Amino acid sequence: MSAPPAITLAARGLSRNFGPRTAVQDVSLELKRGEVLGFLGPNGAGKTTTMQMLTGNLAPTRGSVCVCGIDLLDEPRSAKARIGYLPETPPLYRDLSVDDYLRLAARLHRVAKGVVGEAVEQVKRRCGLSDMGRRLIGALSRGFQQRVGIAQAIVHNPDVVILDEPTVGLDPIQIREIRGLIRELGGEHSVVLSTHILPEVESVCDRVQIMHQGRMVFGGSVEALRNERRAHILVLILGNAPAIEELRAVDGVTAVEQVSANEFRVHHAPQNDPSGRLAQLAVSRGWGLTQLAPAHASLEDVFLQLTQKENNAETANRER
Amino acid sequence: MIFTIASKEAKSLYGSPSAWIVLAILQLILARMFLLRVDDFLRAQSQLALYANAPGVTEAIGAYLFSSAATVLLMATPFFTMRLMADERRNQTLTFLISAPVSMTEIVLGKFLGLMAFLLLVIGLILAMALSLYAGASLDLNLILANLLGLTLLAGCYAALGLFLSCLTQHAILAGIGALGALLGLWILHLTASDPDSPLIALSILKHFENLNAGLIDTFDVTYFLLFIVTFLVLAIRRLDGDRLRG
Repeated sequence: MSAPPAITLAARGLSRNFGPRTAVQDVSLELKRGEVLGFLGPNGAGKTTTMQMLTGNLAPTRGSVCVCGIDLLDEPRSAKARIGYLPETPPLYRDLSVDDYLRLAARLHRVAKGVVGEAVEQVKRRCGLSDMGRRLIGALSRGFQQRVGIAQAIVHNPDVVILDEPTVGLDPIQIREIRGLIRELGGEHSVVLSTHILPEVESVCDRVQIMHQGRMVFGGSVEALRNERRAHILVLILGNAPAIEELRAVDGVTAVEQVSANEFRVHHAPQNDPSGRLAQLAVSRGWGLTQLAPAHASLEDVFLQLTQKENNAETANRER
Repeated sequence: MIFTIASKEAKSLYGSPSAWIVLAILQLILARMFLLRVDDFLRAQSQLALYANAPGVTEAIGAYLFSSAATVLLMATPFFTMRLMADERRNQTLTFLISAPVSMTEIVLGKFLGLMAFLLLVIGLILAMALSLYAGASLDLNLILANLLGLTLLAGCYAALGLFLSCLTQHAILAGIGALGALLGLWILHLTASDPDSPLIALSILKHFENLNAGLIDTFDVTYFLLFIVTFLVLAIRRLDGDRLRG
């Protein structure tokens, strides 16, 4: 057997129109074996549409998708056999038992008849469903249903696993378990994961692509995203606050906002972090330091940054 | 793959209480009709014996049973077909089938065969009822076989039309009522034709079943039924493909 191809999923120039409306425009992405790609964007950004195109549920208006070098549009069957897909709503037959359902999923994905039982047992172990085999899916809790959804996506051991918002509507413990499972999947499969929760991406993904209004506005490593995110703001809470001018005078501080009597937001220059100096001053002048921490920009801020950058670039182009 | 889908479909029909209830009611109605007919026949037997070419048991009771079954099935099949695709859409499980490496043709054929497996049980029970006449009479087996063929083809037509309509909507009730209306319309299409050569007569389902019901296997009728089935299955496949293209 030849070595499996390093690039498992490649999409080029994907576009999709619904009538006059363009839902997705010119989206390209590439995924290597063992990589977890986070697909980020606000609601309505075109994440789900893109995922439907990647899994062959929706025909793209333009562009192509290759799974392990097999074109999804030319040879849908052999390409689809290498994909596992969990849509936003898990596609579960509520009147089937977990075992029956997973067996059906395995058979439909061309798992050989002799090894179906083994594949089902294995996937149940991985997803923590070992004791649930005989239960009806309709009678399971939301978290377990989500696990069954993930199990059906990986039962045939696909090269690419595509998960559309897998942790939505789960409680914090379940979210942690599912994230653990996704990280584990990333070991041998390639995973595409869509979400609008930024911490989720940071905790499980190697790479991030951000969509906004149907376009890719950011693509890169999680590290790069962290740099984008750094807002160069410190949150400072003092028990015994000085006059705001005293804070402005500190070296590196560019601006200070007073949030409440004791809380300040200190803006600083990117290369000149004044935290150390602020701490020293707080101690020496008896400001009663309670908290000094870098402010994390919210996802909203990152989007604003990224999309505004995009808009500015566009206006600049037009003016030129 | 077709059989994987078909067996799933048959299993969920056999596993759903509503299917069994419809089946029980069907059987009750047909059994009542059958027994009434047997009574009538026994009462009229002495007079029938006076005629030179009187209808036999098979013709008087067997053929009558099958033609009643054809009407009753027309009413009942939409209950089975309405949920086939509409529920998949509603519960968003259609994605499960489309994401799997199976073609639309396989999905539609699987659904159709799964339903047919269930309808064959219904037909089997009707056949058993007809064959029970062996207890007191000798039967014209060929007439029964012609009727069996006719009823099976007819059930195929009902199933194909219902399946297509179920592909159009995510509301099962709408698909069911649509199928019932369309079938009834096609059933009595010949009534609207005043001219005996009108093409409407050739399109009426009942007209084609009448021949088989009388024991006459005409290739024209059989072809009509097969074309009917294929047409609606192809329409269903096209409709599902259209979904993927239009979104």
